[in-house]
Amino acid sequence: MAMPSHPHYGVGILQPVAPVDPVPSGRRTLLAGWGRATPSSADLVDVTPDTLAAAVKDLPRRGGIARGLGRSYGDPAQNSGGHVLRLVPENERIVIDDRTCTVTTGAGVSIDDLLAIIVPRGYFVPVTPGTRFVTIGGAIASDIHGKNHHADGSFGDHVSSLRLMLADTTVVDIAPDRDPELFWATIGGMGLTGVIVDATFRLIPIETSRMSVETRRIGHLDEIMARMSESDATVRYSVAWIDLLATGRHLGRGVLTNAEHATADQLGPREAVDQLAYAGKQLVAVPPVVPAPGLINRLSVGAFNEVWYRKAPVVREGELQSIPTYFHPLDLVGAWNRVYGRNGLLQYQFVVPFGAEGVLRTVIERISASALPIFLTVLKRFGAGNPGHLSFPLGGWTLAIDVAANRAGLSELLRHLDALVLDAGGRHYLAKDFQTSPAAIRRGYPRLDEWLAIRGRVDPAGVWSSDLSRRLGLTPTTN
Amino acid sequence: MQNALNEPQTIVLLGGTSEIGRAIVDELISSTTQTVILACHHPDGAQPERFAREGLDVVVEYFDAADTESHDGFVRDLAKAHGDIDVAVVAFGVLGSQAEFDADPHAAAQAVHINYTGAVSASLAIAGQMRRQGHGQIAVLSSVAGERGRASNFVYGSSKAGLDTFAQGLGDALADSGVRVTVIRPGFVHSRMTQGLKSAPFATTPRVVAELAVAGMRKGRHTVWTPGILRYVFMVLRHVPRPVFRRLPLG
Repeated sequence: MAMPSHPHYGVGILQPVAPVDPVPSGRRTLLAGWGRATPSSADLVDVTPDTLAAAVKDLPRRGGIARGLGRSYGDPAQNSGGHVLRLVPENERIVIDDRTCTVTTGAGVSIDDLLAIIVPRGYFVPVTPGTRFVTIGGAIASDIHGKNHHADGSFGDHVSSLRLMLADTTVVDIAPDRDPELFWATIGGMGLTGVIVDATFRLIPIETSRMSVETRRIGHLDEIMARMSESDATVRYSVAWIDLLATGRHLGRGVLTNAEHATADQLGPREAVDQLAYAGKQLVAVPPVVPAPGLINRLSVGAFNEVWYRKAPVVREGELQSIPTYFHPLDLVGAWNRVYGRNGLLQYQFVVPFGAEGVLRTVIERISASALPIFLTVLKRFGAGNPGHLSFPLGGWTLAIDVAANRAGLSELLRHLDALVLDAGGRHYLAKDFQTSPAAIRRGYPRLDEWLAIRGRVDPAGVWSSDLSRRLGLTPTTN
Repeated sequence: MQNALNEPQTIVLLGGTSEIGRAIVDELISSTTQTVILACHHPDGAQPERFAREGLDVVVEYFDAADTESHDGFVRDLAKAHGDIDVAVVAFGVLGSQAEFDADPHAAAQAVHINYTGAVSASLAIAGQMRRQGHGQIAVLSSVAGERGRASNFVYGSSKAGLDTFAQGLGDALADSGVRVTVIRPGFVHSRMTQGLKSAPFATTPRVVAELAVAGMRKGRHTVWTPGILRYVFMVLRHVPRPVFRRLPLG
């Protein structure tokens, strides 16, 4: 069943809402990231590949940036005082090549759109994040990773070519062997080298649309890490949820889930009826009116974490789950970011290289000791990184925490954690960052100057610009 | 740009020698702050070294609150030289003494010109820049003296009443533009401005005003009373009959 390509946005607690960026095109609009903290205003312009060049020529002094579905947590798809270009998804232009197992799509097409088309044909996307409501353009610009990073790398590793509109409106066709410098500066380049028009990337062939999942409740962080290190050699997908409110001998207790795409012979008779059945759905949505301080507090999170941990089996193997259940559980609840209240949420995600496990433990201890109510914490073991200058993953451990942005003491805690992470040779994820400094990015990304030089070559006038790029000193501010 | 915690990179203080203004700037500065601009009438007294810290650029600029014609150009030049203005604190003002004003009505008019007309023009110049840049936050120093006219300071009080009303409207005009306005309403504050005056109930210090003001700004509040109890005190005082009100020991 194909999803409608232009679903309507609605609200209401029981009414399924399609997570389209709910913003009209063509005028000064207040835009925020998924975290909803610190919005800014820009002119939002809907474009198609045919109208893109005219829109780029029309950019004002504060420049432009492409925006997909607005699922980056922070400010990379905001461009205050300038233009924000939103590519209209053109699902009819999706082309699958069965011979090479690749797909070519416009950058505005979402993983949600794509899955509805490719899963029934026996394919899966090479990488999916925890939500399927991201566009292909955004996936490349953020070089997103998923639960299979240790086995398959990040999204950019699977891109065989892409077309990029540069600041002077020329469109270049680049690939790992065609202008590799610009290609890898664009993978993870946060949209600051140009607008990705379309891309060709490899798909994973699948026999069934089910996942064979092994769930394991583990009482301590060290044990989770030991088990992940061991099982990652043979398992394609793995991720651990960590209870950051647990302390002492329960420090870093959590639930580890490993999974593989199920083969046809693993399906029961009921599933075997339609072994490539797929339906991405949403059960409920959080209503637009939530008390200003939000619903996330130590009491609610403590109760949730306890239940979540206890309900997980000590070990359960071979359980069949659907793609949405395993990969995108949060998509079942629309607009869940609203529960963080008026000041929004911040996701803090960093990676530290292998050998810095002690630092990871210290970070977790510090967060546990801070008594901040932290609802969602995800630990993932990365494989090696790729040649993308600003690509986030590197061989090591990545931790992501969600926290309400208005907590007292949060700034001091995060600065402290920043120092620990950077001293250990780690770095922060630009698609999530909304708190760190130009100096922290410079330290975390040692190839930043190379990237700036490439950017200078393709965009000497600084046309591409975002709130993130100004905040982190990646582009100059012109007033 | 401000980050998710509403920590500014560039701060402008209009009234660069104002004690409350400086305390607010001190409280606003975080490790992401890069530039502080002290805009004041007497640059020699600005003491930029008081804010010195590694990685922070403290700039002193001559600014004349009374010269309203200069304000728009002044703000545009600031933005050209230093980039976006993330937070502006409008803190300049004169208290004066009622006895002096009684004897010299022109002095009263000059005080009102600075406190009200100057603040209106400066705030609009800042608002214009922030509208163009699509983000920002303005803190306007009002006063509880503007809540009700009192025999001891009604010239000052009336100028703050005007400014308070102006700032509320400005905040609403800027809603959904990415620019937020916070009106700060302190009670009696022990400072140079009030030296030698009799302290009023719920008197406070610039430091306390700054802590509450910045906490409110970070939460996106449109109004911050300092101390907070004054909000409730004035809910009552607003309705006290005049003959009773003028006999109250309010300093």
